[in-house]
Amino acid sequence: MTSPIMRARVQSAGFDLATELAGFGTGAGAVVTFTGVVRDDSGRMAALEIEHYPGMTERALNDYGQQAASRFGLADWRIVHRHGRLAVGEPIMMVATAARHRRAAFDAADYLMDWLKSRAPFWKREIGRDGTACWVDAKASDETALSRW
Amino acid sequence: MTIDVLYFAWLRERIGTPREQVETSARTVRDLIAELAARDDWHAAAFADLGAVRCALDQQLSELDAALDGVREVAFFPPMTGG
Repeated sequence: MTSPIMRARVQSAGFDLATELAGFGTGAGAVVTFTGVVRDDSGRMAALEIEHYPGMTERALNDYGQQAASRFGLADWRIVHRHGRLAVGEPIMMVATAARHRRAAFDAADYLMDWLKSRAPFWKREIGRDGTACWVDAKASDETALSRW
Repeated sequence: MTIDVLYFAWLRERIGTPREQVETSARTVRDLIAELAARDDWHAAAFADLGAVRCALDQQLSELDAALDGVREVAFFPPMTGG
């Protein structure tokens, strides 16, 4: 199963899915990826600013990844999460999971997303085109989603 | 004991600093919050609604009732919004 190397990264730079997946999950029967993208629900947003807790963030992501690996028997997994200022349409984060069969790969990706949403130390702030800034509130539905596991 | 206290997101904005070192004999996170909230109006505003405050002790998510025994770093922040 997974070796104890760090498979989660936090960075301000963008990432390339194809590069991240090069050599990923070799020999596994199923690879699932999820990419989160900055969207503009209000029609007035210029960017998203993401703050995080350096040190804790990397540790938390690696912990959650290792939990997913052991629970779903993953052959491999990756988490990349960005911080800083991201324009509408830019990718925010990705998870990739590799398993023998598709169900485990899908479930592990879903599980990781639920943990990242409400238990990884990131805080989003919406920056409007008029320069206003507004912290994004956590959603009760994210907490409910986590309780499924 | 001396503890590094870190603040993130709107707690950091309300208090006006990302971190401070505090000398405290608080036994639990809640005791520490009571001491901090008594410091000035900014701290009081940040801790006015504890239902909206989460914490980590030495970079592990924790409960507000947790003990501070041997803890070096306490972080306060709102509910997380990752992903």
